[in-house]
Amino acid sequence: MKRSPFLVALPWIMPWIIGFVAFLAAPIVMSLWYSLNDYSLLEPAAFVGLDNYKELAGDPLFWRVTRNTLLYGLVSSGLSVMLSLLIAAMLETRVRGAALVRAIVFIPTLVPAVSGAVSWLWLYNPRFGLINSALSTLGVDGPDWLGSTAWAMPSLVVMGLWVIGSSVLVYSAALQDVPRTLYESASIDGVGRLGRFRHVTLPMVSPAILFNGVMSLIWSLQLFAPPHLMTRGGPEETTYTYSMYVYNNAFIYGRMGYASALAWLQILVTLALTLIVLAVGRKFVYYRAA
Amino acid sequence: MGVERRQGGHDSGAGREGGGARIGSRLGAWMSLAVIGFLYAVPLVWGFLVSLKTPGQASAPGLGVLPRFEGEGGDPSLFSVAYWSRFFEQAASNYRDVWTSPIADFPLYLRNSLLVAVLSVLGTLVSSSIVAYGFSRLQWRGRDAVFTLVLATMMVPQAVVIAPSYLIFRELGWIGTFAPLWAPAWFSGASSVFMLRQFFLTIPRELDEAARIDGCSHVGVFVRVILPLSRPALAAVGLFQFVASWNDFLGPLVFLNHQEQYTLQLGLANYYAQHGGTPWNLVMAFSTLVIVPVLLLFLLTRRLFVEGVATQGLKE
Repeated sequence: MKRSPFLVALPWIMPWIIGFVAFLAAPIVMSLWYSLNDYSLLEPAAFVGLDNYKELAGDPLFWRVTRNTLLYGLVSSGLSVMLSLLIAAMLETRVRGAALVRAIVFIPTLVPAVSGAVSWLWLYNPRFGLINSALSTLGVDGPDWLGSTAWAMPSLVVMGLWVIGSSVLVYSAALQDVPRTLYESASIDGVGRLGRFRHVTLPMVSPAILFNGVMSLIWSLQLFAPPHLMTRGGPEETTYTYSMYVYNNAFIYGRMGYASALAWLQILVTLALTLIVLAVGRKFVYYRAA
Repeated sequence: MGVERRQGGHDSGAGREGGGARIGSRLGAWMSLAVIGFLYAVPLVWGFLVSLKTPGQASAPGLGVLPRFEGEGGDPSLFSVAYWSRFFEQAASNYRDVWTSPIADFPLYLRNSLLVAVLSVLGTLVSSSIVAYGFSRLQWRGRDAVFTLVLATMMVPQAVVIAPSYLIFRELGWIGTFAPLWAPAWFSGASSVFMLRQFFLTIPRELDEAARIDGCSHVGVFVRVILPLSRPALAAVGLFQFVASWNDFLGPLVFLNHQEQYTLQLGLANYYAQHGGTPWNLVMAFSTLVIVPVLLLFLLTRRLFVEGVATQGLKE
């Protein structure tokens, strides 16, 4: 008797099924349950219905961290999509040393978050950091970057732009896939340099733009380690992010129930934003018939 | 799939301007790239330079690239033997201080990090290759739909599920052990499955059909045909997993309880925080030691890294 193809395949994909259920689906379902409870981890959970969600609506800190996180996410993913396309396009000129620059731009993506944070803490140090030392030779008195309510968030955005190596690589692959004949026929038709970028390059790499945009938005919305390590969310909560608030509620304030409600919202919002970006992006995206 | 096609395009770009008469614009491109390379290199290079300095100079303003030493005879000249012997003495002493620090057990953290990373790499290689076989070599109804679900889980960031994961690991009694850091890897990771599946699809089917006719089971095909031909892909997947485990900060932060279990990432965060008055040269030396293994792996296997990352973006 021949076994059905699915039964043959089942043992092969079993590790994934177990991992998916145990380490992703089950935690998400459990946290939905705990979000309806008052749960400190130390005492048994007590069912409170939607109280956690009601509390969210009136929690000014919740609104604060949400605003901070959306602001960071939109600004930083927007800038990162543009900057990495620019860098990838410049690398395609293949001038001498381009391969070295490509490696240098990629390396920060391999640097552990803590090492990155330590390096940038030093660069941003108001007294002896490299940035203010450089500014003072120009006669400019640099601010206390991470200690000022105006500059702390922009400083984290700039630091985030240091880690765009993977999206540069994705763009490079996409740029190299653009058929050269398209550029040639555009040139023959008298289309200038910018025109070729606008009418050939952009549409052809639009799937990569969409992919990078979505990925970078999702990642920037979960920003945790840099503010956790560098500013502790300060000054005056200007760099307090959503993931930090989840972490603090779950593991510092002992409010796992509230943290679960927060985490659930984060999961839903991340999902929704991804879908929105995909839907909006599809209109502008040109997928080559494969 | 994208990998092969990109190879063919390697000579494009350069000749895009047709004839290459635009020396001016190439010079402009070269200069902008030089600036970008400089800016992206500065944070790490400067951190490394600080790790060589004296504590005083590490927390003093200034743009001095190399360490300075004030001795009895003033600052020794850069071209003197005296300077370079002081230089290496200081550097060695900084790194020795980190290695033997009383407030951070560097060798122990290193051992913990290696333990977690090696167990995760082994687990990912074993489980993800098995799963990838099921998604590439076997035909079954619903395969593509399930594979889409695998891809979707690639998008789920760690921070979003960290608090929920804590709940399950607590049920399993794993909090305060290394298990939450390496055990999930034994149940395959979405991006590893994806990369291996893409690679398996490039292996000609005639090879496994020949083996099947010779009486090989699926297990035989997997072990004797697919795995031996997939060494580059397995190496890439192993590298990615190593870097991910080595660099993980949030996992150890949430799931570990005791300082004896710290990985290097937690150790560095703690070392920096404990220092308060912070001898920056030592913090940077610690940080450099944490980065170097990953950097060496990257430099030795650059192609694998670059092709792996690029493949992830070309999944349609």
